[in-house]
Amino acid sequence: MSDVLTGILMLIGSIFCLVAALGIVRLPDALTRMHAATKAGTLGAGLLLLAEAVFYRQLGVSLRAATVIALLLLTAPVAAHLVGRSSYRSGVRLSDRTWIDELEDHCK
Amino acid sequence: MTPEAAFLSVCERISVVLLVAALALVLWRLAKGPTAADRVIAMDLMSVLVVAFLVAASIIAPEISYLDVAIAYACIAFLGAVALARFISRATRGQSDRCKGEVSDE
Repeated sequence: MSDVLTGILMLIGSIFCLVAALGIVRLPDALTRMHAATKAGTLGAGLLLLAEAVFYRQLGVSLRAATVIALLLLTAPVAAHLVGRSSYRSGVRLSDRTWIDELEDHCK
Repeated sequence: MTPEAAFLSVCERISVVLLVAALALVLWRLAKGPTAADRVIAMDLMSVLVVAFLVAASIIAPEISYLDVAIAYACIAFLGAVALARFISRATRGQSDRCKGEVSDE
């Protein structure tokens, strides 16, 4: 039973990783690419770590998997915020279909 | 081999193929750019994908110590992303007309 659950979690996790990579290739500008990469990538890696914890069913492995999940959930938003801030300020072109830029009025 | 173990082995193979495809797509974006920000974002996702791949390898091998490698790699990847973000903002300082009047990143 735990083998089936491990397999399903692995599949869903890797599909999310692939979706993140597709987002990075297909989306039009740097900020939307970052949105795909951060969210889908973190979720995919988190599901794979869950699969690992289900597969081994040992306290040590589960704790280590939980550590990595916590690390990813804590660092991914911070890194994304820093990269997004510096790329916006460095003048990255937004997509032509962007119709609202709320930061435009705040920093002149 | 029980049917459950056979199902798991099929899932392992499919998931390795998907992860390698994802890494290849990200590598394409890393090579193509077009801006430094795109490359940093691709690097960031690539490190998350490498962590995911290490975890998959740890299930497939099966070898628990790959998980420790994943912990160390996740820490280092975060520091790398922060350093590269600072590099973008310093390297392009004064070149953009956006956010000129604000306090600088120094």
